[in-house]
Amino acid sequence: MITSLSWLKNHLETKLNLNQVAERLTEIGLEVESIKSSDSNLDNFIICKILKAQKHPNADKLKLCDVDIGSGTLVKVVCGAQNARDGLFAVYAPPGAVIPKNNMKLKIAKIRGIESHGMLCSGYELGESSDKEGIIELNKKEKNIGEKYFKNTGEKTMDIAITPNRPDCLGVRGIARDLASTGIGRLKKQPPIKIDQKFKNPIKVSIKKEKGQGCGVFGSVYIKNVQNKESPDWLKKRIISLGLKPVSAIVDATNYVMFDLNRPLHAYDADKIDQEIIVRNSKKGESFKALDNKKYTLENNMCAISDRSGILGLGGIIGGTRSGTELSTKNILLESAYFFPPSTRKTSKILNIDTDAKYRFERGIDPDSVKLGLELGMCMILDMCGGEPSKFSIVGKLKDERKKIDLEPEKFSKVAGFTITSAEIKKILMSLGCSLKMSGKKIKVLPPTWRPDIKEDVDLIEELTRIKGYDKVPLINPEKENVKDTLNFRQKLFHFTQRSVASKGYTEAVTWSFTDSKTNILFSELKNEIKLSNPISTDLDVLRSSLYSNLIIGVKKNIHRNFEDLMLFEIGPVFKGSKPGEQSTMIGAMKTGKYSRKNWIEKERNFDVFDIKNDALRTLNEIGIDSSKITVSNKSKKWYHPGRSGLLSLGSASGPELAYFGEIHPSIIKKLDLKTDNILGFEIFLDNIPESRKKIRESKPQFTVSDYQKVVRDFAFVIDEKYSSGEIINLVKKIDKELIKNVKIFDVYQGENITSGKKSIAFSVILEPKDKTLSEKDIDEVSKKIISIVQETTGATLRS
Amino acid sequence: MENFNKIESEILNKIKDIKDRSSYESIKTEIFGKKGVITELFKKIGSLDQDQRKDYASNLNSLKTKVTEILDKKLETFDQSEINKKLKNEKIDVTLPGRNYFSGKIHPVSQVIDEVTSIFSEIGFSVEEGPDVENEYYNFSALNTPDNHPARDMHDTFYLDHSKDLLLRTHTSPVQIRTMLKSKPPFKIIAPGRTYRHDSDQTHSPMFHQLEGLHIDKNINMGHLKGCLYYFVKKFFEVEKVKIRFRPSHFPFTEPSAEVDIGYKIEDGKIKIGEGDKWLEILGCGMVHPNVLKNVKVNPKQYQGYAFGVGIDRLAMLKYGINDLRAFFESDIRWLEFYGFDPLDVPTNYRGLSR
Repeated sequence: MITSLSWLKNHLETKLNLNQVAERLTEIGLEVESIKSSDSNLDNFIICKILKAQKHPNADKLKLCDVDIGSGTLVKVVCGAQNARDGLFAVYAPPGAVIPKNNMKLKIAKIRGIESHGMLCSGYELGESSDKEGIIELNKKEKNIGEKYFKNTGEKTMDIAITPNRPDCLGVRGIARDLASTGIGRLKKQPPIKIDQKFKNPIKVSIKKEKGQGCGVFGSVYIKNVQNKESPDWLKKRIISLGLKPVSAIVDATNYVMFDLNRPLHAYDADKIDQEIIVRNSKKGESFKALDNKKYTLENNMCAISDRSGILGLGGIIGGTRSGTELSTKNILLESAYFFPPSTRKTSKILNIDTDAKYRFERGIDPDSVKLGLELGMCMILDMCGGEPSKFSIVGKLKDERKKIDLEPEKFSKVAGFTITSAEIKKILMSLGCSLKMSGKKIKVLPPTWRPDIKEDVDLIEELTRIKGYDKVPLINPEKENVKDTLNFRQKLFHFTQRSVASKGYTEAVTWSFTDSKTNILFSELKNEIKLSNPISTDLDVLRSSLYSNLIIGVKKNIHRNFEDLMLFEIGPVFKGSKPGEQSTMIGAMKTGKYSRKNWIEKERNFDVFDIKNDALRTLNEIGIDSSKITVSNKSKKWYHPGRSGLLSLGSASGPELAYFGEIHPSIIKKLDLKTDNILGFEIFLDNIPESRKKIRESKPQFTVSDYQKVVRDFAFVIDEKYSSGEIINLVKKIDKELIKNVKIFDVYQGENITSGKKSIAFSVILEPKDKTLSEKDIDEVSKKIISIVQETTGATLRS
Repeated sequence: MENFNKIESEILNKIKDIKDRSSYESIKTEIFGKKGVITELFKKIGSLDQDQRKDYASNLNSLKTKVTEILDKKLETFDQSEINKKLKNEKIDVTLPGRNYFSGKIHPVSQVIDEVTSIFSEIGFSVEEGPDVENEYYNFSALNTPDNHPARDMHDTFYLDHSKDLLLRTHTSPVQIRTMLKSKPPFKIIAPGRTYRHDSDQTHSPMFHQLEGLHIDKNINMGHLKGCLYYFVKKFFEVEKVKIRFRPSHFPFTEPSAEVDIGYKIEDGKIKIGEGDKWLEILGCGMVHPNVLKNVKVNPKQYQGYAFGVGIDRLAMLKYGINDLRAFFESDIRWLEFYGFDPLDVPTNYRGLSR
């Protein structure tokens, strides 16, 4: 909502200046977002005198003028107007000025070989008249040269953010009323109107009784023999200051009343109305051309203002061109109506129309303002255009939906935290337009018709707090007492894992929850992707089913900037369905490029599967899952290299999935056109991490150390290549769980000297006795057992 | 009786001849070997008279100690000179770079969530969460924002179905509803999380982060709200004094409602929070609307309280001087490393929120 101090002063007597008013407005919840000079561009246009107008040497119809623009400055301007002549006072626009009519910015330009510094303006170009012939001729004196042509453009305007609960402040008077209630001035009374209205409105109006009728009241006045014209300066300037275009006196008057009183009006060319006005529900398929020059085709049950020939306009939203007023209009019908907010909003949403009237009706217009609107609109039009008005015709009646609210003064302090006297309560509420009645300790309050937002006592409490000032609310220091743990297990896990992964060298990214369906599908096992009905762009059209799709897009962008060795991760939701809760929390991490690149100290080496496996495993260890409980298997997902990926699961290979790791599938790398052949990743399913019932300190066994020497023995077997290292380790460990502390593989070899289909595998077995020192005999026995069991189970042969 | 002085000077003379490790060994054998000078002298002890034996043994032992010490010292000088010789050949250029390593970073949004959680933890709030996908009821209706209410225009919503029932939450406020429905008052919670609006320009991104706060109890008024937010802002920006303004505003789910502005100034091109005469809006808040309490079966005659919502990304931008919101989500490794935090830098109350 835009207004100025002078406009406010039409309604408010106050001594405050603009800045003080703005400050007060913000304090009472009418936030002044900015203060601007209304149009600094208009300041560019100045009064000048043509000293000499000669024929342009290269063009018959053009003139070359020497123009005095004040303070002794002469400029040369090329001008095409016939009336440009010696000694004429005119309006000069310098280079840089923007011509109001066509928004063209002037530049120094050569016209037929001669430079023109700016231009001399016609009334048409300044948006002041339709007269395109010739430049403006001013009746001025020498001393006026150099003055601004547009007066009062210096008045600043305030742009006020009006919250949706305050339709009354979408009119200047509402703002003035709020200001007055704070005690900074007095709200002026609206002057009474006395106009002779002798004849009956010749246009019959009816509101059809239908289900869902969007119109409650339709008031109108017929004015005959008007002479429509341009608005006077003061009105044009106000209209321009609102960011609107002056159209004609009649249209400008309706707009003025809308912004002055929050009372939309509409003027019809009465001669274009086919006999009568019928307000009715539209039928699907009906159409009309609206004043925004677009054709709208209506659905059923929209509030249509129609005549016998069809639709004239949409009630409370927009009028139609068929009955629009023009400068030649002779007789008008001025409408002031009440349209219900829900129907206005619904229709405008479906048709996607946004107008100032719609904005007001959907928030709620004062239902009692129908007559006032007609009066003020009529007066303005009569003043400017003359004419004879009919009697008002007001069709329809609204039920007064307001309820009396019981306000207990103690309730105020219970909510606001400070007290207020009954006298203050009365004064403030009355100045806001409420009617009050005392009833014991309670105050019975009837809110004014223009405040649809005041429905219950808290609404009144807000009014009182707001007008008293939020700075009156005391500051009560918070208590430092904890009733509940700040974080639960899942939340702690989230924060811990996040930092655990980062501490392994991964940089955390936060990416959209939506992603490109083309990439998402590469990393998804969902049958149906979760589409957004209204994505922000076509490449962010689905909810992600994996963290990988946005991560790999991020990896790609970084590689393209030549950051080719990098580690990124994200922790956050992935989506399994489109219902609330169908999501799970995951970690996705990717690394690409080389572990070491062109380095004096070590060989170049790509990141590999064992890097990524380690990262995943160590993270799981750090969040409390012991390696002994984790099974590594070669189960995988379609987006991994089938031979270079695996699963970490809890307990057995078929236990809950903790994490997948591996190389990203080469065909995905190819498809996404990544400039690398080496991307690895791991995904941790945080929701599958079990919550331990015991604290770590409780589940730990007693601390014991063996005083006996540990013994290490190495073995090497040639074994069928189908056996995984994990299987061999598990096999050996099982032989004597007490004695065998660990099995460490230190060599795996395939190739020369080994039969194809077989591999050589060498491992150390660490024996840790608990109750005695192992004798050679003991060690031999265990060794033999290991050899025989490995041989029997796998058909391996001991390598000599 | 032996002349120990003489023997000693003979031994010391021998020791003087030691030149290297091998002559050391042979001379040590001459003295302490099976037939060494001192070994021989010890052998004699048994054959001595009782009265001589004591003096003899004492003299011999002190001779042995002295010689051993001298020999040990000799050996040490050999060790030392050998080490010194080795060190001469072991010089390397320590200014060469070491082995490669990658240091990870925590995203500013995550860091700020941890900071904020730490602050509210101190004053008794616990953390709640809610789903990113919501239905219309939790996101709007239950929050006193009925269908066809213009307040919905302030939330450009992403929908997942054409009936517009399933949507991406436009704020963290539905967590209020979910929290209150699943339990009984009092409530004292914060809820950080992702939020979504169909909006994208320099200062808006289609996804951003909010922190919801809710405190419902029997005697909670606007003064508590004010105290809580003052405490938060002061702690978060780590300033002694802070200029805050509560300005009336409107949210359908609170009444009275307020927006909170924080004073700032620009100094040397950098924003300075807490002083100055410019105002910056940082959060919205208010007393929970009785209709909201009714919707979650909490009796508004018995209980009341406040709620607030603050933009986490905006807090991060203000505190850490980040200009472009959209850069948060672009995964540019240069940006992430520049603005990111060390994983060990966990915000806590006792070590301070930030370094």
